[in-house]
Amino acid sequence: MDLLTIVLVVDSAIRLATPLLLACLAGLFSERSGIFDIGLEGKMLGAAFAAGAAAGVTGSAWLGLLVAIMVSVLLALIHGFASITQRGNQIVSGVAINFLAAGLTALLGQAWFHQGGRTPQLLGDARFKSLTLPGADALAGVPVLGPVYSELISGHNLLVYVAAAAVPLTWWVVYRTRFGLRLRAVGENPAAVDTAGISVTWLRYRAVIICGVLCGLAGSYLSIAQSAGFIVNMTAGKGFIALAALIFSKWRPWQALGACFLFGLLDAIAIRLQGVIVPGIGEVPVQLMQALPYILTVVLLAGFIGRAIPPRAGGVPYVKER
Amino acid sequence: MSAPFAKLPAWADYVLIPLVNVTAAFLVSGLVVLFIGENPIEAVKLLVWGALGFGEGIGFTLFYATNFIFTGLAVAVAFHAGLFNIGGEGQAYVGGLGVALAALALDRIVPWWVTFPLAIAGSIVFGAAWAFIPAWLQAKRGSHIVITTIMFNFIAASLMVYLLVEYFSPPGSMAPETRTFDAGGTLPKLGGLFEFFGLDIGGAPANISLFAALAACVFVYYLIWRTKVGYEIRTTGFNPTAAIYAGISPARITIVTMLISGALAGMMALNPIMGDQQRMQLEFVGGAGFVGIAVALMGRSHPVGVILAAVLFGMLYQGGAELAFEKPKISRDMIVVIQALVILFAGALEHMFRPAISRAFAALAGGQPQTVADAGEGA
Repeated sequence: MDLLTIVLVVDSAIRLATPLLLACLAGLFSERSGIFDIGLEGKMLGAAFAAGAAAGVTGSAWLGLLVAIMVSVLLALIHGFASITQRGNQIVSGVAINFLAAGLTALLGQAWFHQGGRTPQLLGDARFKSLTLPGADALAGVPVLGPVYSELISGHNLLVYVAAAAVPLTWWVVYRTRFGLRLRAVGENPAAVDTAGISVTWLRYRAVIICGVLCGLAGSYLSIAQSAGFIVNMTAGKGFIALAALIFSKWRPWQALGACFLFGLLDAIAIRLQGVIVPGIGEVPVQLMQALPYILTVVLLAGFIGRAIPPRAGGVPYVKER
Repeated sequence: MSAPFAKLPAWADYVLIPLVNVTAAFLVSGLVVLFIGENPIEAVKLLVWGALGFGEGIGFTLFYATNFIFTGLAVAVAFHAGLFNIGGEGQAYVGGLGVALAALALDRIVPWWVTFPLAIAGSIVFGAAWAFIPAWLQAKRGSHIVITTIMFNFIAASLMVYLLVEYFSPPGSMAPETRTFDAGGTLPKLGGLFEFFGLDIGGAPANISLFAALAACVFVYYLIWRTKVGYEIRTTGFNPTAAIYAGISPARITIVTMLISGALAGMMALNPIMGDQQRMQLEFVGGAGFVGIAVALMGRSHPVGVILAAVLFGMLYQGGAELAFEKPKISRDMIVVIQALVILFAGALEHMFRPAISRAFAALAGGQPQTVADAGEGA
């Protein structure tokens, strides 16, 4: 493994980790406020379709992003209405959101575009293209630093940098602002927050909306940045890997970055290892690599390597009178 | 929310409210059909005709319903213990191993009625085993069963691809599926039985595993409402604290319930593998495990409700295929949308219409409505 191979694998890991990270941070806001969200997958899928369809029709990536965020927030609000206002079961509601997105995207895609659920191929400004950071070309020839800067750090699309910036921003919001303090409190002990005269409902709705916005970014990344259009079931379980990463990071932003990068790296290595014989081990089954994020999460949940304790009020509807 | 609140009669609780919820789901589905520019009433006509209008349609409807009875019962049993088993899909997938192993071992030696009970046993063992790990982790290590069963669905998918490609695929074949079973691994179709009643179901794959599914319904009814374990399961589901006080171990109930749930999900594999294809294929479950969630919610976790809901979803699957053929704009994905809306309205929003209905009952009664705090607990 020479430097260039490592750079290429890490580079592809960054691309694969970006949607996971955005969705994972989305889940962080929701779950920290006490609303379990297994509907990350559905919101991402809905957003990916909306972005692909809107960018395909209007030719503008920015309009695609806007529509994607609107769709994702709408799905998040359905989840919020069911779990906050109607005090329904949050898991059931999340399952419903996932199927709703899976069904509607395929149905509308076929009805509108007649390409087996695909949205039109995106060209030019309808996609977020790779950005070349200043000096990347000039530094490309420098040993070590050159490939690392020009391949790894430069040359990604805008949403990758947005995802990277979202990590410190999330940390700052959650740990350093009044909203963040209340957000964490409402996920642990909503009655205390209520007693302090702060609306539990409004706080949780805001958390769910932020979750929708971030899932909208994650979905847009898939269809109008990484690829040039939407295909049926484009998320393919990424929402659940993001959920696994959220548990793996124990609901903390920096650790979420680490977990998502780890899962992205596993994916990148799995693609690279396809059919390759590893000395001493033999051929590693691709399926094992694909299942590894889930296996790791189960092991973590089992408490064999550390303990993942969710926000205490997570999944419990808040009833004021009691 | 302390609005006037009349105590609803039992029939309103068990029939009226679920009916209102499901009606809401179908009305919204109708709006979706309108939105893509088709006529919902015409769509319903085509769908019902496709599902029940001719013999073969009925046969297919029953074939799909068989799958959904098994997976619906699996989810329903877990609901009674307050557990949400999202892993039916994975448990059914792994349960297929038991069916395939029994059929591959015996199909050339013995007739089907010898293979059948062993295949049932195999599906039970493998399905239950796949549910055991999440159950044990929930009971002993406190990890959330919803998350672990989701993860186990994905792990099962990877495992089964690996096994089908590496071990089950016959030599020289690239297709990830087992060889085709001989007569000893083939369940009799229901065609003969229906001919007796003068109905030709053509090539529809409805087979005798339908009776296994109905037997499972009777079993679940007796288990939940007529046995000590069933009583313990329901007690734990209603109030885990009270269950502990009564000397019931929630850990034991969690594991027992999930074993039964996984076994029921695993048995679903009988229908497509031995009943239809005579071989185990990739993705043979095809989402039936998830349909089970909608079926259990719609059927209020009661075996009779599960049968009715399973037949309805069987109609949607079969009628939906015919509908997609007649009206290409309404593709089969419409079923997934309906499934989602049923889960949403009958599950997450199950109490949405309750205040209005109880107000209506209070007004009808005319008397002094009782004021009871709305206990807004989830499913």
